[in-house]
Amino acid sequence: MTPRVLLKGGRVVDPSRKVDARLDLMMAEGVVEEVGPRLAARGATVIDVKDLVVCPGFIDIHTHLREPGREDKETIATGTRAAAAGGFTAVCAMPNTEPVNDQAGITRAILERARVEGVVRVYPIGAITRGSAGEELAEYGDLKEAGCVAVSDDGRPVASARVMRRALEYARAFGLVVIDHCEEPTLGAGATMNEGPVSTLLGLRGAPAVGEAVVVERDIQLAELTQGRVHIAHLSAAASLEAVRRGKARGVSVTAEVTPHHLFLTDQAVKDTEYDTSTKMNPPLRAEADRRALLEGLKDGTIDCIATDHAPHTVDDKKVEFDQAAFGVVGLETAVALGLDRLVATELIDLPRLVALFSTNPARVLGLPGGSLAPGSPADVTVLDLKRKRQVDPARFESKGRSTPFAGWILRGGPVMTIVAGKVMWRER
Amino acid sequence: MSAFPHRHLLGIEPLAPADIQMVLDTADGLKEVLDRPIKKVPVLRGKTVVNLFYEASTRTRSSFEIAQKVLSADSLSISTATSSVQKGETLLDTAKNLEAMNPDMIVIRHASSGAPHFLARHCRSAIVNAGDGAHEHPTQALLDALTLRQRKGRLKGLRVAIVGDLLHSRVARSNLWLLSKMGASVVLCAPPTLVPPGIERLAPVTWRIEEAVEGADAIMVLRIQRERMTGGYLPSPREFFNLFGLTEERVRRAKKDVLILHPGPMNRGVEIASEVADGPYSVILDQVTNGVAVRMAVLYLLLGGSAGGTS
Amino acid sequence: MDAGRVARTLARMAHEILERRPDMRGVVLVGVRSRGVPLARRLAGLLREASGVEPAVGALDITLYRDDFTVIASQPITKGTEIPFSIDGRTVIVVDDVLFTGRTVRAALDQLIDFGRPARIELAVLVDRGHRELPIRADYVGRSLATARQEIVQVLLKEEDGRDGVLLLERRARRARRGGAARGRALARRGK
Repeated sequence: MTPRVLLKGGRVVDPSRKVDARLDLMMAEGVVEEVGPRLAARGATVIDVKDLVVCPGFIDIHTHLREPGREDKETIATGTRAAAAGGFTAVCAMPNTEPVNDQAGITRAILERARVEGVVRVYPIGAITRGSAGEELAEYGDLKEAGCVAVSDDGRPVASARVMRRALEYARAFGLVVIDHCEEPTLGAGATMNEGPVSTLLGLRGAPAVGEAVVVERDIQLAELTQGRVHIAHLSAAASLEAVRRGKARGVSVTAEVTPHHLFLTDQAVKDTEYDTSTKMNPPLRAEADRRALLEGLKDGTIDCIATDHAPHTVDDKKVEFDQAAFGVVGLETAVALGLDRLVATELIDLPRLVALFSTNPARVLGLPGGSLAPGSPADVTVLDLKRKRQVDPARFESKGRSTPFAGWILRGGPVMTIVAGKVMWRER
Repeated sequence: MSAFPHRHLLGIEPLAPADIQMVLDTADGLKEVLDRPIKKVPVLRGKTVVNLFYEASTRTRSSFEIAQKVLSADSLSISTATSSVQKGETLLDTAKNLEAMNPDMIVIRHASSGAPHFLARHCRSAIVNAGDGAHEHPTQALLDALTLRQRKGRLKGLRVAIVGDLLHSRVARSNLWLLSKMGASVVLCAPPTLVPPGIERLAPVTWRIEEAVEGADAIMVLRIQRERMTGGYLPSPREFFNLFGLTEERVRRAKKDVLILHPGPMNRGVEIASEVADGPYSVILDQVTNGVAVRMAVLYLLLGGSAGGTS
Repeated sequence: MDAGRVARTLARMAHEILERRPDMRGVVLVGVRSRGVPLARRLAGLLREASGVEPAVGALDITLYRDDFTVIASQPITKGTEIPFSIDGRTVIVVDDVLFTGRTVRAALDQLIDFGRPARIELAVLVDRGHRELPIRADYVGRSLATARQEIVQVLLKEEDGRDGVLLLERRARRARRGGAARGRALARRGK
């Protein structure tokens, strides 16, 4: 039986109920019991969170845990530890494991592993097509029943419009969202970064932003046609954002996420770091105009979530020539601090909006429990300290992956405690 | 006069005009060694240089080897066809193994842009870029500049046309940087599919070769690789030659004493007509001698010095 | 030394060379850059006046032959070596302004031997200031000067510096101070 826990004296920010006030939070039996001013302890363990911010647990809607198959890069154990250290109480795990999570059996295996080794909640995402090969639909009914919360072929685009249409239609029967990695496969073939003046100077093949935008537009029109629900993964280009804005205005069921690296870096980073592979990911870092447009999209609500697209790789996969390096960087342990330092402290958005981007909205988009501190909600809580300063040090990451373009950045603000089902799973030393 | 202010030669872009001047002047001063009966000076005696060539290249590699030997450096060439790289050894491991032998310098040619920068990050040796992907080929640009300067007396104010596959050419990029920094004016010419995005910020671009070569002091012709035809960039070699090939007639639009440079090897009938290639404007032999001189200058400036080399 | 003294010293040296090498046809002069070159040219002129035969003059740039005790990379190679004649079987007289540690002459010898097989090599210097670090001696010496190691002997020549002279300076003063020329001459008189 989980003991009762009282978080005392913190600033509770819960956008789901438009709460932003100094309140106490009582948790019991793994759920939120009460949120109110000056609650009596009544035998509960009291945790003093004065001067700290108490939020509904953050959910990373886009993570790669690599297990099964690539435990050399990350395991469910190390990945969820990284999530907790980054302030996340739940992660949605993409299916591009080996084998691909396109069957209920694999979903169940992942959940079992998470039950034993996981430090935070793991919500598996099933594949759109068998093997993510982009041809035959996977068994959404089975996948949902086994515990998948959405379907995606992330890592690869769904190249065929016909297959994407069928997926959107079929997923409706199960209330599943289709998450698409939007990339036109021939435009960016062989590309290792964004196409533009920087790729020209560096002599690297680039993928034009148009390659993403045309598929985003396609998916939105297909969602409109089918009345399905589509979520755009790691949106990176201004033109893609425009398409989402237009789609939402027409009432299409489209949502979008954006990653911290696309919000704070551009393709210039590849040149400035002299081909450092921690600037290589897919979709690539884009131009300054794209970055600014994404920040606008955060402010005006076109973008629903901030997701990490945490993509750990082994040192060997990254410590090679730029065009040989694997695509992807880690993000679980830096996203929240980056959001606080670069979005809230700079007053681009306010704290409740940031909490919505990390918690309320991911829960809403995928229909997950959590994202709220209403009584009866799971007792998943993220506690933040807006003042503490830390330098990003990959050597001290919980994740097996060390490649991050934010190494050495000094960030003000970050998570200090992560509580899942009423238990403190991580605490800043 | 101060020492050369760089530890590596990774490209032309990071160099100041004064640095380029220093290399060219040094190359001029060193040329006479090649005319002596004993073509050897002891200045780099005891220094070890490794030539790590991941891309086949007899021309550039031989040029570096001769330069090294003339200066009495110990030269070791590794070409991937006969090395452990064939067995899957990574660039990093190859470099680390070489480093254990403590070479003073590694000259690297590699198909990946940024490979020299990668080595510079992980090795202690001085690194010279002998061509990385589509990024830069600094010694080629330097020898082209030396050739131009010898024949024309200056670089400033020269009008130079660079024609051909700009998109995939590291020689074009290095030359564009060097000529711009030294005050020459550059015009670029290629079919639209072979123009790198954003390059018009660095120099004017035209699709009409007649326009590009009009009044030019020098024309640099770039190789067009056969794969570009099948890669969907161009419909056929015939069409390319018709529209972009350097023919006798087109050359006549340039200045009477125009120089034609080609990094070699040439595709006759594709980017350049045979008559032009064999004609009087061609400076290919000069380029070969200057290549050795320029590479000697680079070796001397990066390695020559008291124990410990440059700071 | 003042300009007059320099001129008389060079004239005397030319006569000494002629005395030892009466057949000028087998002699060539090679000046070590940079000041050895104008000195060699002047000697060649004086030898012509005295013997009717002017020996050929070449220039040697020893930058590429220095040993580790000098910083190479700060030396620009602009003028280079010019020896447009054969030295095989000849008497080569190396000409330099100051003989000090002997390392410059060692480098010059190595370089000459790479150019051919002279019958013999001799050395002519305007000033010998002692402090040899190698077993090298000059055959023709204009002036011997006892110096302290940290002092500097500066030879000025019309062709390079606008006037002729030899100055002895303390290490601190890189250039002769006002009135230092007089002091320089005074110090120079200390020697020999």
